[in-house]
Amino acid sequence: MIEKTLKGKPAYWIWLAFLGMFIAVGIGCYARQYLFGLGMTGMSRDVSWGLYISQFTFLVGVAAGGVMLVLPYYVHNYKVFGRITILGEFLAIAAIVMCLLFIMADLGQPLRALNVVLHPTPSSMLFYDMIVLNGYLFLNILCGWVILTAERKGVHPPKWIYFFVYLSIPFAVSIHTVTAMLYCGLPGRHFWLSAIIAPRFLASAFAAGPALIIIACLVLKRVANFDAGKEAMNKLVTIIMYAALLNTFFVLLEVFVGFYSNIPGHKHSIEYLFFGLEHHGHVYNNLVPFMWTSVVLNFGALGLFAWPYARKKNEFLLGLSCVMIFFALWIDKGLGFVFAGFVPNPLDEITEYIPTANELGITLGIWAVGFLVVTLLYKIAVGAHHEMEH
Amino acid sequence: MDKQRRKFLKIAGATALAGIGAPAFIRLSSSNALAAVHGAAEGHGAEAAHGASVETAPQGVRLGMVIDMRKIVEQPALLDNAITACNNAHNIPQFDNRKSEIKWIWKAPFANVFPTESSYHLAKDIKETDFAVLCNHCDEPPCVRACPTQATFKLKKNGIVAMDYHRCIGCRFCMAACPYGARSFNWEDPRPYIKKYNKDFASRMRGVVEKCNFCSERLALGQEPACVEACQGTGAIVFGDLNDAQSEIRQLLDKEFAIQRNASLGTKPSVFYIV
Repeated sequence: MIEKTLKGKPAYWIWLAFLGMFIAVGIGCYARQYLFGLGMTGMSRDVSWGLYISQFTFLVGVAAGGVMLVLPYYVHNYKVFGRITILGEFLAIAAIVMCLLFIMADLGQPLRALNVVLHPTPSSMLFYDMIVLNGYLFLNILCGWVILTAERKGVHPPKWIYFFVYLSIPFAVSIHTVTAMLYCGLPGRHFWLSAIIAPRFLASAFAAGPALIIIACLVLKRVANFDAGKEAMNKLVTIIMYAALLNTFFVLLEVFVGFYSNIPGHKHSIEYLFFGLEHHGHVYNNLVPFMWTSVVLNFGALGLFAWPYARKKNEFLLGLSCVMIFFALWIDKGLGFVFAGFVPNPLDEITEYIPTANELGITLGIWAVGFLVVTLLYKIAVGAHHEMEH
Repeated sequence: MDKQRRKFLKIAGATALAGIGAPAFIRLSSSNALAAVHGAAEGHGAEAAHGASVETAPQGVRLGMVIDMRKIVEQPALLDNAITACNNAHNIPQFDNRKSEIKWIWKAPFANVFPTESSYHLAKDIKETDFAVLCNHCDEPPCVRACPTQATFKLKKNGIVAMDYHRCIGCRFCMAACPYGARSFNWEDPRPYIKKYNKDFASRMRGVVEKCNFCSERLALGQEPACVEACQGTGAIVFGDLNDAQSEIRQLLDKEFAIQRNASLGTKPSVFYIV
């Protein structure tokens, strides 16, 4: 099936070359970082995790979001998702590949990464994250490939594969739960020390993942003559709406707990995110414009989704609202959540984090790798699909 | 033929998987036994990671420190001497930007060292004198719990929270986990920034985390920690075994009221402050 990636229209090759350009820049930037050290980034003693880990956290969600297709289709036998379930599985593969690359980019000693396996430490949440992320990657490759191969041959998939399909569902939940546990089990980081982090992560994941799948479907409809079907898209929009509403609800609960309890440690990070934090006469407010953009995009998208015309009749508005919700959640989790956890630091000092150009180069490079993987996989999936029809 | 090949591939695949998984499995299932053998020497096994409770063991040693701020209020220069002694003993690089700082022991105002305590109408002396900040060598260290490679671990023989710079992968999970901001990361090669090189203590490489080690290397030679030695004769910093009722540190703690940094987190810090 891999041969399908080798044939395509000029636009396909231009797109691949465009991504390749970013990947090349990313590799160059990484070489610089590798030779100099993580001092090439904007991270500091106080804000010791930056864009890499925040992108990782967000993308774990995108990967987990694929389960919103797998679960209805395989468990509830919801046939409408039949054509696009493979897109969810392949998106998960690309997202996990990005996650693993972001983790590698973040390590101070990347050549020692295997120490996590050589010295397994069950008390560390990273140990479990390593297991579930690689497990989920493996499951999606296996299930996606076996089922697509069977469909292409016009036969039923082998029975044994369903064991792995069902196994992938708890794995999807576990990758984001364990990723939340990286944060919510740390004493002294008030913003993260909240039992609602894991459900909040899952809710935003179940909105961001399917939103990206709708965007992909709209693109595929134009460039690859692949129609996911109206009913499938409508159902996805419903899923996104509920998930985004839940996420908004959870965030508002955090705001309530912080401000009503009036405990300074619980308020500081939220104040820093939305209003800026005043400290010794200086107001620190780097993230304020981003967070309010996120709020506007979030409610704007929810409003558009609620409007039947935009949701059902106008593909441009549907795509726009999906892009909006995706960006809103990306800012919320892919920027704010991680950075604000470090403000203020344990000694009540504030250091703001601004990524460097080199760091942005690596980050864009890894995103480009993800888009490349998803393009190639979708090319295979859609190619196999067309082959079946003819 | 085809069937046989398929069978062969199945067996080969299963064998390869088992081969990859076996070391991890053996490691997990036998780490207790291993720890019993060389755990006493370096405390590097699973028990250290579990944070075996030294506090309750009658024969256990738990090293701790008391910083007597009354003495430092009288002679603030003592703290500078202690910091310089530590920096020289451990090849601590001196960066001029805050971003890359490496700090083992440093100075900060009361309000920053004890952000969970009230600073409202604080006594003038306390408000104007900087406190010493260093790793608390917690009895329940969150950094040890978080580390995915046991590169940071609690020494069984004396409770010191130690680092293996050769094992650390530089994920900085321990820095996020430490509620005291005690850990530093080598964002770049520190060697060009070491002012005076001390041959007796290894410098670090870039990409690893480091912190105060309670001068394990000096204790092994029967010496006091560098900061304690720098304040010799003043009683500003007292070091010893918290589990030994006869030790100087215990007699001081039995007599004076001392506080620990953010003890409500359950980390059981081993550094005390007499204010």
